[in-house]
Amino acid sequence: MSTEKILSSDGIPLEISLKKAERKNKLKALMLVGPLFLFLIITYIFPIGDMLFRSVDDRMITQKLPNTFAALEKWDGKELPDEATYEAFYKDFYPLAISKEAGKLYQRLNYEKSGFSSGLKKTNRTIKKFEKANYKEQFMATHKIWKDVDYWIALKNTAPNWSYAKYLKGLDLKFDQDRNIIQQDEDRRVHKILWLRTIKVAFWVTVFCFLLAYPISHLLATLPMKYSNLLMICVLLPFWTSLLVRTSSWMVLLQQQGPINDLIVWLGWAADDNRPELMYNVVGTFVAMTQILLPFMVLPLYSVMKTISPSLMRAGKSLGGTPFTAFRQIYFPLTIPGIGAGCLLVFILAIGYYITPALVGGASGSLISNTIAYHMKSSLDWSFAAALGTMLLVGVLTIYWIYNKLVGIDNIKLG
Amino acid sequence: MTKNKEFVKFDNVDKSYDGKVLVVKGLNLDIEEGEFVTMLGPSGSGKTTCLMMLAGFETPTHGEIYLDGKVISNIPPHKRGIGMVFQNYALFPHMTVYENLAFPLRVRKIPKDEADKKIDKALSMVSLHGFEARMPMQLSGGQQQRVAVARSLVFDPQVVLMDEPLGALDKNLRESMQYEIKHIHESIGVTVVYVTHDQTEALTMSNRIAVFNDGKVQQLSSPDELYEKPVNSFVAEFIGENNKFSGQVLDISGDKCKVKLENGTEILANPVAVKAKGDKTKVSLRPERAIIDPTDKMDNNHKGKIEEIIYHGDHTRLRVDLLGNKEFILKVPNSTARLDLKKGNVLNIGWNSIDCRALNPK
Repeated sequence: MSTEKILSSDGIPLEISLKKAERKNKLKALMLVGPLFLFLIITYIFPIGDMLFRSVDDRMITQKLPNTFAALEKWDGKELPDEATYEAFYKDFYPLAISKEAGKLYQRLNYEKSGFSSGLKKTNRTIKKFEKANYKEQFMATHKIWKDVDYWIALKNTAPNWSYAKYLKGLDLKFDQDRNIIQQDEDRRVHKILWLRTIKVAFWVTVFCFLLAYPISHLLATLPMKYSNLLMICVLLPFWTSLLVRTSSWMVLLQQQGPINDLIVWLGWAADDNRPELMYNVVGTFVAMTQILLPFMVLPLYSVMKTISPSLMRAGKSLGGTPFTAFRQIYFPLTIPGIGAGCLLVFILAIGYYITPALVGGASGSLISNTIAYHMKSSLDWSFAAALGTMLLVGVLTIYWIYNKLVGIDNIKLG
Repeated sequence: MTKNKEFVKFDNVDKSYDGKVLVVKGLNLDIEEGEFVTMLGPSGSGKTTCLMMLAGFETPTHGEIYLDGKVISNIPPHKRGIGMVFQNYALFPHMTVYENLAFPLRVRKIPKDEADKKIDKALSMVSLHGFEARMPMQLSGGQQQRVAVARSLVFDPQVVLMDEPLGALDKNLRESMQYEIKHIHESIGVTVVYVTHDQTEALTMSNRIAVFNDGKVQQLSSPDELYEKPVNSFVAEFIGENNKFSGQVLDISGDKCKVKLENGTEILANPVAVKAKGDKTKVSLRPERAIIDPTDKMDNNHKGKIEEIIYHGDHTRLRVDLLGNKEFILKVPNSTARLDLKKGNVLNIGWNSIDCRALNPK
């Protein structure tokens, strides 16, 4: 091969003129994707990054009480700290009390150890009358937390700017006073149950969707056009209806005086005064979510089945395979890309599902997303919500990774 | 061992899909054991339907199909033991060549070492040794075709059905595959029922050809007989090239009849499908049976004007205006003794009445 540079007719190296010619096209392409890219950064990348950051960010308390933490650094944690530490805390807390900015502090420290909130509130009220000496005595006289070494240890434990305590909390774990990871107290272990329930619900919804969607998709793919179009509309019609409307209609159907319960009573499967609860529990969540997520299973399955030539099954049969053998060894393996896509889609959607479990799930049917929403809206523990959200995200990415390892993501077919 | 003359037998078979139109009408067809029979016909003539009924994917609306003396209408496809090659090969895309061939053996629970021997034999038959581990997608069209053939033969079926198996191949490959399939048939002696709409394919490969039209077998005979002695004008026109004249029978005497053509000329023809004076007829004459400037005495001698000359390499075709038929085709071999062929020249054309068959008018 010649190493000589090829020149275009005007003497400029070919490579350069090629680049020049293509630059315009590249710029055009960039301008076309630009708005979407920007939109994604603003609405997607940035919030997720912020959420990740928030889940480990623990700087607020260090910023509010700088002197205290400086003084506590030398403290060995065995007995109550010395006078200088109490004085440092006074210096930090006094301005907060005056400007009424201590609220966040109560909340944050109360997460660390309950009792802090009431102690600090009491201190907030009395600190203005403190004399400028003997701080330790005055503090100890104000509230019992200041006489307790454990509270000081808890305070000292909040010193690091970055903390993964929220993640531990999401797994029903916590730090003890010596910063060992231990199980949460038995009566406060709620999240593990929630995680397991979320995974269980997502798993079973996926299984139900698969069992319902497989035959329908097969029918859709093999029926003549005029029937399959009609059936397709039946599948897609709920897809085009608002999620909220569908969930609400399930509430109507499933309620204790609703038509389904009427039917059960009429059939004599249950007594009128002992109607089964179909809603505000896991049953309601299962039924409504399966129905709502069904199209996500049908569409990828259908698109894969559509490509399988009917002559393959015929070939299988003519070669001596029973219809079942032909199905198991030929048809089914060929639908695996669609099954993978459908299951992955439904599982991922189900694991983060919010509206339906919130409306029909009740207490025993609510999922992790409902807890995230609770911490976002009611308890205002955003960093915990962020930690749970991150764990969910990591979980989904793990499933995706496992799927990729087992089946291969390029095997997936969404339509 | 005497061969069963009625190894495959269609007995008065009707088939309708919608209850309105009969796709196959009263079909009777006997196929001898070890024979290569081709069902030839235009699309929609019912040939593929017949094949599907034989394979068991369609059920006859009326009548019975026998295989080796047994009624097979109630036997599901997988128990018929009939190999099939599909139009688009229908290789299992998720299995290797080896697994594709092993499938029919595995479902029959044939032990692995025996199965391996059979697969080996089948692959060497189609000269595809060393391709066992390939996926169908990695093979060319011709190779896929061979795998499909090998797969249909690997379990030693009684009958192999082929549904336009060469339709997707290019011309050269198609021709070499025709010979290959023919040779395989000759070497193992399996009964083959082959469906095609390509007449050259049918003529090259078959022992006998069943020409289908309109749900019926128009003629069932050997390739040469089909070409030389078509029994009706559909077969005459469908197989090979054909010059036709419409006319009316004036007189029949023995193996000759006098036909008056539409332009008033009378010619002598071979009365194949005409019975009596006054019958309408269509006279069929193969282009190569009409001779230019005949030296021997011919039954019919007429003059025709050259309308068009088409060069074909090995031969030249002439379109001639002869006896009112402007589409009369003549073939002139490309020999050194070239005639003076020019548009507008008038030629002496002669042919014998025996080659000129008076068939049914349609």
